[in-house]
Amino acid sequence: MIFFKEVILGFRYWVIASGWCFFRRNVNDRQDDIERAKTEGKELTKEEKQRLRKEKKQQKKNKEKKDEKASQGSEKEKKSGSLAAAAPQPPAKSTTVKTPSAVPAPAPVSVPSSLEAPAPVDKPSKTKAELKAERRARQEAERASKPGKKGEPGQQAASGKQKAPPSELQPVIKRLPEHIQVDNPDVLKKLAKKLERQQVMGLNPTKKIPLRLDYGYKVSLFSHLHQYSRKAPLTQQLSIPSTVIHPAVVRLGLQYSQGIVAGSNARSVALLHAFKQVIRDYITPPNEELSRDLVNKLKPYISFLNQCRPLSASMGNAIKYVKKEISNISSQCKEEEAKSKLLNCIEWYIKEKIILAAKAIAESSIEKINNEDVILVYGCSSLVNHILFEAFEKGRKFRVIVVDSRPRLEGREALRRLVQRGISCTYVLISAVSYILPEVSKVFLGAHALLANGYVMSRVGTSQIALVARAFNVPVLVCCETYKFCERVQTDSFVSNELDDPDDLMVTRNGKTQLESWQEVPSLGLLNLVYDVTPPDFVDLVITELGMIPCTSVPVVLRVKNVDQ
Amino acid sequence: MPGPYKETDLTERVEAFLSDLKRGGSGTGPLRGSAETARETTALLRKITAQARWSSAGDLMEIIRKEGRRMTAAQPSETTVGNMVRRVLKIIREEYARSRGSSEEADQQESLHKLLTSGGLSEENFRHHFAPLKANVIEAINELLTELEGTTDNIAMQALEHIHSNEVIMTIGRSRTVEAFLKDAARKRKFHVIVAECAPFCQGHEMATSLSKAGIETTVIADAAIFAVMSRVNKVIIGTQTVLANGGLRAVNGTHTLALAAKHHSTPLIVCAPMFKLSPQFPNEEDTFHKFVSPHEVLPFTEGEILSKVNVHCPVFDYVPPELITLFISNIGGHAPSYIYRLMSELYHPEDHEL
Repeated sequence: MIFFKEVILGFRYWVIASGWCFFRRNVNDRQDDIERAKTEGKELTKEEKQRLRKEKKQQKKNKEKKDEKASQGSEKEKKSGSLAAAAPQPPAKSTTVKTPSAVPAPAPVSVPSSLEAPAPVDKPSKTKAELKAERRARQEAERASKPGKKGEPGQQAASGKQKAPPSELQPVIKRLPEHIQVDNPDVLKKLAKKLERQQVMGLNPTKKIPLRLDYGYKVSLFSHLHQYSRKAPLTQQLSIPSTVIHPAVVRLGLQYSQGIVAGSNARSVALLHAFKQVIRDYITPPNEELSRDLVNKLKPYISFLNQCRPLSASMGNAIKYVKKEISNISSQCKEEEAKSKLLNCIEWYIKEKIILAAKAIAESSIEKINNEDVILVYGCSSLVNHILFEAFEKGRKFRVIVVDSRPRLEGREALRRLVQRGISCTYVLISAVSYILPEVSKVFLGAHALLANGYVMSRVGTSQIALVARAFNVPVLVCCETYKFCERVQTDSFVSNELDDPDDLMVTRNGKTQLESWQEVPSLGLLNLVYDVTPPDFVDLVITELGMIPCTSVPVVLRVKNVDQ
Repeated sequence: MPGPYKETDLTERVEAFLSDLKRGGSGTGPLRGSAETARETTALLRKITAQARWSSAGDLMEIIRKEGRRMTAAQPSETTVGNMVRRVLKIIREEYARSRGSSEEADQQESLHKLLTSGGLSEENFRHHFAPLKANVIEAINELLTELEGTTDNIAMQALEHIHSNEVIMTIGRSRTVEAFLKDAARKRKFHVIVAECAPFCQGHEMATSLSKAGIETTVIADAAIFAVMSRVNKVIIGTQTVLANGGLRAVNGTHTLALAAKHHSTPLIVCAPMFKLSPQFPNEEDTFHKFVSPHEVLPFTEGEILSKVNVHCPVFDYVPPELITLFISNIGGHAPSYIYRLMSELYHPEDHEL
């Protein structure tokens, strides 16, 4: 017992002594210390870690006796934690460093913060004020310079920004989108509550966004996704006039859910036009800032549209851009000026990312189309159609084979447009693709989104065409604008997909509909998938406005885009 | 006199059968399964054997060959007709050889020695008249008919050897053989079936309703989703219209895509085909391999304006190469695709390959 006490006392003296040394070092050249820690790497910190672990134990014991000083010390640790996070640190420590700033608790104190902790404990008065002031100034500077980040808590973004390559250190735990968690009842309850909250303040609860109900028997593999009926659009449950949702957005939601506006480019452009209308009609309420209030106004619209039809990746990127532009409006701006600025931003986005990108892609694709080519296209992709029109105008002689599939039969629309221009076409269904492929020289496919692991997400059936084309050694080219690039990763078509109305699969042949009463048969299910993912080894080339890249270069483009922003 | 009546009755039967064949192939008449066609063909051939006038085996073979040529010309895609004719010809040869008491049948293979020494000797041999030949041939054809009637059950009996519980099985279109196979397995095991609807005829819908009524968990998917769901499938079991001499298939369109997707995911592809579907044809002849039906199934006449400017194809069959197939299940057991040539040599005589 006595031995222990002596040891403890000895420790305490040693700690104070070493803390004194640390303090002197810190006061004189803290920057050098930090830089040394950075350059010398882990070895030094391991020793320090051991030492400081002992110090921590001491501090905990000190806490019991000197409560005030301990609390001050923990405050110091917190602030020095964020300060240490401010300085560039080796990535190994970064994740632990971030947590103190986000989770203010004295327990998970990382190495550099505790490096500086003993000093303030010993000489609180003078250095505390200095440190506080410097830290506050530094944080203001960071906040002024940081651009908006998606969905992360602000503190994390602040500390994350200081690291040289931001994409390395994104938090792994992201919020899962609710539309792929339908089998989780808690998530559904949360969604219902969120829709209730997103109403105009003070109005009675009947004027809220209704929750759309699922329809029909869902195949067990897809029980985590929504399955809606086209005959029951969400707009039927809204009261008229709806003061929660702008009428342009209501109309847009109806067009989405009925399939009148389909295709990722069309949906994004329609969305941006609807947002322009919303901004034109927007009036800032008194005592509110435009930059914050408008973003809050857009949230219920986005929830409503999500209910009508799950948002596509291109729409998600467009919304992110609009929100960023809105929050960048400074508070000094007058309302008219701010609104016109926003309208110009949206028009610039449409022009640059969609229209001009399509032109650039068409120009580079024309090199790939030769005379006497037989080109196979699938479904109706606005970009691929544009490329074919341009090539035909430039005088290339080729013919097109349009492949279509039930139940959407979008290929007929593409067929009409191509025939109108005078391009000679052949039309088959997807089951005949292995009959027609020996005639084909190239396959051009459109994309809904390009995922960060190189997979191409597109209309269901695209992966099949790529598979058969690969078996016949026919090159497959995917055309996609960069605004459709998405940071998600996916390896199969199950986890994140969309289920369309199952009644679409029914067909009447010779006056008889086989599946008419499918709902009554308990063991029969109909599956109407909308998207599928194509592995990158089936795709030979991706044509974007930045050039022709292989499928695996998608994360490189994403990184370049993030740095630009 | 019974003679002329019999003859006219016979020719009537043959004509009725031919017109049935011609109509059935266009997709408008009632679709008949291959088993039915095989049975009817064999019954007709038995009738011809019984009622036509012939004195020696050679005569009979000539008559049957002539009728066979007419029948195959009526519907070239219906290969079971030609197969049954060849089977009957082989039966006649065997019965003749047995009546003569020679052991030539043991030496069916054409060894190089035999080719050089025997030459065209076999032709003349069929001129002998044997009294019990007619009865023997008819008895053998009856045996063939019994075999035909039991093929579906024989195949279905093997179901439990290939399907375990909690499996996901994929199939395409409608095959009565596969339907019986799956229903038999469902009596003892619980599994899930995914049916690809096989546009434009959408026969998969009928298959799905029939399977679900038997209590099997069924899902109908569009053809475009075959690759998307293939990663969750344990086995692919399909039927076919014809098994070709190299072990390949001539199956309903969309089967090649299904086979490629199964190969990509290393999923076994099992073909349930009775022996009467085995045909000595090879897939080389492009112009006779494919059969097309009216394009209005694909692009209906309601699309009027563009119809005249567009080529529309609606092929009925697909070629599936033997490398993509894992197993054939027939009424005499399971075989690898590389064994098919051997089975063919046992069923048909090489001289009958060309009718």
